[in-house]
Amino acid sequence: MTAYRLASGGLIDRSNTIGFTFDGASLSGHAGDTLASALLANDRLLVGRSFKYHRPRGIVTAGPAEPNALVTIGTGARRDPNTKATVAELYDGLAATSQNRWPSLAFDIGAVNDRLSRFLSAGFYYKTFMWPAAFWEKVYEPLIRRAAGLGRTDLPRDPDGYEKSWAHCDLLVVGSGPAGLAAALVAARSGLRVILAEQDFVLGGALLSETTRLDGEAPFVFARHALDELHGHPGVTLLPRTTVFGWYDDNVFGAVERVQKHSATIDAARPVERLWRIVAKHAILATGAEERPLVFGGNDRPGIMMASAASTYANRFGIAAGRSVAIFTNGSSGYRTAEDLSAQGVEIAALIDSRTDASDRAPDGVRVVRGGGIIDTKGRRRVRAVIADRGGFEELIACDAVAMSGGWSPVIHLACQRGGKPVWSQALQAFLAPEAGDGLVMAGAAAGHYRLSECLDDGARKASAIVEALGRPVAGFERPVVGEEVDPSFTALWHVPGARSKAFVDFQNDVHGKDLGLALREGFGHVEHAKRYTTSGMATDQGKLGNINAIGILATMRGVSPAEVGTTTFRPFYTPVSFGALAGSSRDEHAMPVRRSPLHGWAARHGAVFIDAGLWYRSSWFPKAGEKTWRESVDREVRTVREHAGLCDVSTLGKIEVFGPDAAEFLNRLYCNPVLKLPVGKARYGLMLREDGMVYDDGTVSRLAEEHFLVTTTTAMAAGVLSHMEFAAQVLWPELRVRFLSVSDQWAQMSIAGPKARTILQAVVEDDLSNAAFPFLAAREVRLKGNLKARLFRISFSGELAYELAVPAGYGEAVADALMRAGEPQGLCAYGVEALNVLRIEKGHVTHAELDGRVTPDDAGLGRMMGTGKPDFIGKRLSTRFGLTAADRAQLVGLKALEADKDMRAGAHLLKDGAKPSTINDQGWVSSVCFSPTLGTHIALAFLKSGRERYGEKIVVWDKLRGVETFAEVCDPVFVDPENRKLMA
Amino acid sequence: MASLISCPHCGVRPKEEFSIRGDATPVRPAPMASDEAWNDYVHVRANPRGRIREHWQHVAGCRRWLVVERDNFTHDVFSVTDAAAGRGGAQ
Repeated sequence: MTAYRLASGGLIDRSNTIGFTFDGASLSGHAGDTLASALLANDRLLVGRSFKYHRPRGIVTAGPAEPNALVTIGTGARRDPNTKATVAELYDGLAATSQNRWPSLAFDIGAVNDRLSRFLSAGFYYKTFMWPAAFWEKVYEPLIRRAAGLGRTDLPRDPDGYEKSWAHCDLLVVGSGPAGLAAALVAARSGLRVILAEQDFVLGGALLSETTRLDGEAPFVFARHALDELHGHPGVTLLPRTTVFGWYDDNVFGAVERVQKHSATIDAARPVERLWRIVAKHAILATGAEERPLVFGGNDRPGIMMASAASTYANRFGIAAGRSVAIFTNGSSGYRTAEDLSAQGVEIAALIDSRTDASDRAPDGVRVVRGGGIIDTKGRRRVRAVIADRGGFEELIACDAVAMSGGWSPVIHLACQRGGKPVWSQALQAFLAPEAGDGLVMAGAAAGHYRLSECLDDGARKASAIVEALGRPVAGFERPVVGEEVDPSFTALWHVPGARSKAFVDFQNDVHGKDLGLALREGFGHVEHAKRYTTSGMATDQGKLGNINAIGILATMRGVSPAEVGTTTFRPFYTPVSFGALAGSSRDEHAMPVRRSPLHGWAARHGAVFIDAGLWYRSSWFPKAGEKTWRESVDREVRTVREHAGLCDVSTLGKIEVFGPDAAEFLNRLYCNPVLKLPVGKARYGLMLREDGMVYDDGTVSRLAEEHFLVTTTTAMAAGVLSHMEFAAQVLWPELRVRFLSVSDQWAQMSIAGPKARTILQAVVEDDLSNAAFPFLAAREVRLKGNLKARLFRISFSGELAYELAVPAGYGEAVADALMRAGEPQGLCAYGVEALNVLRIEKGHVTHAELDGRVTPDDAGLGRMMGTGKPDFIGKRLSTRFGLTAADRAQLVGLKALEADKDMRAGAHLLKDGAKPSTINDQGWVSSVCFSPTLGTHIALAFLKSGRERYGEKIVVWDKLRGVETFAEVCDPVFVDPENRKLMA
Repeated sequence: MASLISCPHCGVRPKEEFSIRGDATPVRPAPMASDEAWNDYVHVRANPRGRIREHWQHVAGCRRWLVVERDNFTHDVFSVTDAAAGRGGAQ
């Protein structure tokens, strides 16, 4: 036995015992434990296997920098992989499993990699798995990925909720240690709105594990008083379990609050995590300092941890890391740990100090090896002894835990996330945060002030300056009397010479000292290159422990200062953030809201099959009993429309009402065709161009009154066209007196098409609909029977006698039902967008399948619409440029299939008979295809070079993607009723 | 890019409420201006590092087109004005 729970002490509730499992074994801990402390209390030293060599690994830290103790917490769909045991709050029923081992943690097949490590040096994969090239994707990579890696994620749907919130404050304090608490107290007393965020589940930071007394009491007592006071200030928000992970422009901070990650039972009414975006006028980073590991041979064996972690486990959690602990240090901190452990009755096997001239005093009875270093460790799944070397004299020292201290690095990550580069301090042998401007300052240990008194003073001082800057009177802060404190000075020691076995720099990614040497020798000595070449600092911990040593080692090898090596780039996130938190409530229908047409219920009642069209659900076809395929239904719907009549929901079209004395002038400049002289009560097909002369969108323009128009857009472009019109009205021609608004959602709109359309419509409309009274392209308000006002447009997409009837959205279903009743004797059927598509292809009408952004009006056969006499319209000037008027441009044509058993598909290319498929021989492409029930054959719309001159030509439709090659005849794109007799009937 | 944009009509709003069109400097030439002028307006854009003027629309707010003057390197925003304001148009 080694690690164990001390008989007393710690900030845990020993009366509250909590049951949990680790790899299926039932264990117990106490309220206030982390998973790591509870595992240590149960002497579970081995908690994981390393990434590459599968070496046994134990708990190294007591905080968020932990590289080794990554476990999966939870079961089923609530499994969270790669959770750091050192920050995971223990709760009743917590189920944790170890990762990256097979078949078990104690016996792991992958550990063979460690024996093969001679061959697995940095860059090994790049150099080895190069041949044959095709093997990389299919064989090597999947194998390597399976062997390496961390926890596995689960695919079942996450059952829990997440949310996002904004918060605003005068001062955000990140970290609730001595500097953070002092700052928050000063700011709160001065009346500022303060948010204090702390990643731990208990506020207090280092005060929870510190033993230096404040006002004669344990420092956590001071923390409790301070927190009690902060609770009482109305402007203060305390956010425990909240990691501030990113600093963004305008002093906006990203933070994630773990609302319910510490409970086995989830309250469904609340989120499990909340993502905060905190807009802070000022921020103080009181994020403390991270202790550095020492890079010595065998430094990764379970039982070897940071000295500060050994102190924290003893002081805060009442746990001894071992019965006999060896301490290896390059500074005063190791002595402090020796004191902490001795005070708890733990034996110190030896205190090995790399310095020869240190003046620190070890506790009585502790043997100090000055000028020494550890060169190797013994033990398999836990450390049993260390080999210490002093001036060539080796000594085996038995121990069951090692506490190491390699000095301190201020935690400056957030301050470097917006491009500022860390600044090397020769005096502190550490990188400090760059000057960040007004919005963000560092305080306490994060600013390189390590002593407890300095932390308190610095926090209060920085907060006072902010209160002054905000023009408020500064409230006082009387610093408590600080007892005997430690100045954690140290002498940098980047790696310990004489390592007998692997000396790890990055524990999580298994990078050791020799890998860095290899990187340098092979030309990857730049810190960013070395990172990629060795993967040092690339794991989920992003090198929080190891990076500084990697920089120091590179600097030593290159013979320069760490200042010259510099750091790799700091980016959000400080620690990993779940996708759930980042998504918040934006998932499922909240991410992709369903838009239902006002006629959705009507379509559903008639058995519509719906299809996604953007956010819309559109009725696709209406199968009838006995119809086995969609084609049967669509063919029937098309025939019914051509012979009788059909009713189709076209409510999803964009509808924009345009008002004002200059409305006509505005639209005249917006469309390429003339609008100015459109009479009141008339509709017109309209084509909008982009400024480069290509077609942007099409629709109809109806003049309802002299200064009142209604324009329609395609379904897909409704939002884009509105924005385009707003740009034209606000930026291009702000002098025009025009106002408009989208009414797409306000109207239910239905198309009634077919030879019987008038008869059916007349049954529900009061107004006279005779050809004389309501001719083709009439557009005006009508009165329905029952006195409902509606808008009626005589426009046609199908080529039939057709109308579009618009009624206020809420009346849509009732009117559609009335029409269906009125149409029953006439053979009226409901038809969907598939039949609509067939009908328009038969009539040669274009959609965005044709208008794909490369097409001019002339290409689409609409050149005659261009209002070339107009002084100006969007796209006019560039429509005349060379290339857009070339004679061999691809022009819209029709295609009739010549081989009945072969399908044409959109996207196929056109070739002359006998021509080899090549870019040079390419004659054009197919844009839309369908089976035409009217013609009894497959037809298509296509773009063909000089196509209008080539009607009657036999052409090859070449579809390499689908392996189909077939012949078709080029023809006029209007397959049905070219004389428009049906339309005008 | 800025996290917050101060809309002259709606106040300080998150950038997610806006959409960006691009360079606000080119002015639409007269209809019969030269080919070069039109080519420059439609196709040619400078891509400077530093201070730029862009058209942003407050799509999830007042729907006004704005001119945002900002530094694309430091991300400082210098001014946000209504695009019509500088052109004597109705606001």
